[in-house]
Amino acid sequence: MPSICFYFQVHQPFRLRNYTYFDIGHSHDYEDETANREILNKVATKCYLPANRVLLGLLREHKGAFQISYSISGVALDQFERYNPAVLDSFRRLADTGCVEFLDETYYHSLSFLYSRPEFREQVRHHRDRIKTLFGQTPTAFRNTELIYSNELAREVEDLGYTTILAEGADRVLGWRSPNFVYQPAGCLKLRLLLKNYRLSDDIAFRFSNREWPEYPLTADKFAKWVHQINAAGEVVNLFMDFETFGEHQWQETGIFEFLKMIPGTILAHPDFGFLTPSEAAAHYTPVAQVDVPQYVSWADVERDLTAWIGNDMQDDAIRSVYDLEKAVRARNDPELLHAWRQLQTSDHFYYMCTKWFADGDVHKYFNPYASPYDAYINYMNVLTDFGQRLAAGGEQRPPPVSTRKTKSAKPRNPVTPTRRAAAAKQMSNVKQSPKVGRGRPRPAAR
Amino acid sequence: MRVLMFGWEFPPHISGGLGTACYGMTRALAQHGTEIVFVIPHMSGSGRGSHVRLVAANREPDGTAEAPGTASDVTTLLRHIELREIDSILAPYLSAPEYRRVLEVIESRVRRRAAASVLTARTDYGRNLMAEVARYSEAAERLALTERFDVIHVHDWMTFAAGIRAKRVSGRPLVVHVHALEYDRSGEKPNKDVFALEKLGLEAADRIIAVSHYTRSILIERYEVPPEKVSVVHNAVSRRKAGTVYHVARPRGEKVVLFLGRVTFQKGPDYFVEAAARVIEKIPSVTFVMAGVGDMLPRMIERVGQLRLGRNFHFTGFLRGEEVERMYAESDLYVMPSVSEPFGISPLEAMLYDVPVIISRHAGVAEVLTHALKVDFWDVTELANKILAVLTYPALSRELLRNGRRELQAIRWDVAADHIQAVYQQVCP
Repeated sequence: MPSICFYFQVHQPFRLRNYTYFDIGHSHDYEDETANREILNKVATKCYLPANRVLLGLLREHKGAFQISYSISGVALDQFERYNPAVLDSFRRLADTGCVEFLDETYYHSLSFLYSRPEFREQVRHHRDRIKTLFGQTPTAFRNTELIYSNELAREVEDLGYTTILAEGADRVLGWRSPNFVYQPAGCLKLRLLLKNYRLSDDIAFRFSNREWPEYPLTADKFAKWVHQINAAGEVVNLFMDFETFGEHQWQETGIFEFLKMIPGTILAHPDFGFLTPSEAAAHYTPVAQVDVPQYVSWADVERDLTAWIGNDMQDDAIRSVYDLEKAVRARNDPELLHAWRQLQTSDHFYYMCTKWFADGDVHKYFNPYASPYDAYINYMNVLTDFGQRLAAGGEQRPPPVSTRKTKSAKPRNPVTPTRRAAAAKQMSNVKQSPKVGRGRPRPAAR
Repeated sequence: MRVLMFGWEFPPHISGGLGTACYGMTRALAQHGTEIVFVIPHMSGSGRGSHVRLVAANREPDGTAEAPGTASDVTTLLRHIELREIDSILAPYLSAPEYRRVLEVIESRVRRRAAASVLTARTDYGRNLMAEVARYSEAAERLALTERFDVIHVHDWMTFAAGIRAKRVSGRPLVVHVHALEYDRSGEKPNKDVFALEKLGLEAADRIIAVSHYTRSILIERYEVPPEKVSVVHNAVSRRKAGTVYHVARPRGEKVVLFLGRVTFQKGPDYFVEAAARVIEKIPSVTFVMAGVGDMLPRMIERVGQLRLGRNFHFTGFLRGEEVERMYAESDLYVMPSVSEPFGISPLEAMLYDVPVIISRHAGVAEVLTHALKVDFWDVTELANKILAVLTYPALSRELLRNGRRELQAIRWDVAADHIQAVYQQVCP
């Protein structure tokens, strides 16, 4: 009996305010509070609240036959709590139905796995604790930021005790094989792998309202027919998508909510089909084969690789610079600084710096608060420079961390070089040479 | 298709964007098979003799900035372009006061010579700029009577009267190409005579080509031109032969930020100086170069003194040919903070020398350039912020240049020539 497995990604980054070179050393306030609140409330009104209302109704109506799952980033949870607690309540009510699974991810929606293993573990633990507190569940399934995945990640996640992991069903991962089965990650014993059926997922997430698409308009009947066609040729159809699909990417006017309301009923109309959550699906089916993924895959862009976040000079420089600060941050042992550092790890900051305009430019621009990737990089580096100076200034009061950090982190590409550190130091010295910074000469941050 | 074109400058004497554009454009048009009778004002020095000098266009470009790539290029060029010179002291960007000064110099020279040869001391040049423009148009009319052509193409206001008269005597359609408007040059205080002549030319035109959407919207809003009459054809940049790009070894550590252009209201040199002051506060070792001349230059020098930035500033005066190339090659960053820039070719030239650029959002070139930093010219803090970022974060320049090189490939004169030929087809089907 084949199952449908729905997973919705919920994430909102803390966007940075316009932070110029002249703010360095003067202001340690990095967030664009207004924009973050406005965007969160807008998306809550258009998507989170109405979509959760629809889903709650469906879960009650189908009495256990319909099930769904969410992965909500820690930074999104923080913003719900701060700006719109009603959203948090709506998720709690969903959790209370017992038909909703919450997945784990890195709290800060970061790429920490690629740069620092200890940091990755801490962020995952932090997320697990938060989900337990909020929803009373201890997650058993894991999805990494933007479905970034590799053999190595799978092994790490198995070590952390999870039973299930999610990834993109990219062609270069699967080859001729179907995503509609449970797989076993290469090198793992107990962990199960669920792969996104990107055709059916993207039919909803990207093509639903596209009038150029030959299948437009997409009805629940048509979609259910496609799903039912896999009968006997597959066991689990993994429909993974951004939750904002409902009401934000596909506006209410497109009929997306009506579509959503019809989906469980039309799929369940076929007696062989049901719904499961990721962990249930992984437990229910036997893996048909091992999947070997030595190189990273993700769910972004046509390339399905890491180049949306790292790969150009600016992105590499920015992300290495932030992880270069790890040792200094930890040495300060200050929760506030640690939190600020971690917020700077959120993958969106690097996504905004992507210069792959030509193929996927539209999507990148749509989600980008900056006029250009260059502006994004400049703003980020200004903030990071100030943050680095705060660490250095504080370090003077304590024994300064001198040796260059070397963690056991897996390097996805080139190794971290110490030159950034030198560049940062040089830049700081430039500022100190300045004769006119009297008021704002970098000083130890208030503790 | 044979075009009577009233243009500006011809190699090797090119002094600015207008001449560069005319040359790049005519060369590409010639390569696409368009025949051009290219008419330019040319000061004979004597002011005597025939107004029109027929020149066999066999003057070989001398290999400076805009030299064509290959020998066959030159051949094509010469087969399709015939150069005609009208004796006149008109020059691109000439203002009324500048015209008077030029005239005085010439007249004193003529007087000296006359004193020596006992001839009457006088020149035929107009008493003022408008009179000279009128005189030029009379000569243009006579020339139009003797030439064979299908369409008339003029570039900016000083040639508009010539185009109108050539159209009247020949009955051929007129294409008016707008590179800059009085509104760009003078802002809210336009010279009434120039503005009036611009309006006349725009009205007489069968078709108008604007160098950017930015300029097109000014034509529509400020000059009340019917929108359907204006086509946009972006300018481009001529590529040099591989290997001819100037490279200099420069001492590391000392960063150079360049402004290169006329030092006039339109180009925003004052914003460059104010931003420089803010940059130097943070990085005292940066050198700022202001290359060019113009009516605002004395004020800029004064302001730099006032701000005590003399140690950080170089004023080079007017640069030509190889000096320009060298200047680009020595710079770490090119800044064009124009208040109103219809197009602006120079950032593209800077990019050819692997120099990253910051450009005003109020520039036509911003419409074709994605991989440049863009600022509102009045936002001095943001301009300084971006200059500091380029100087501080090396990955920024690397990324700008890597993508910019690819982008430049598409900004070619032969693309522009295609569009211009399409406009010719519209007016003479």
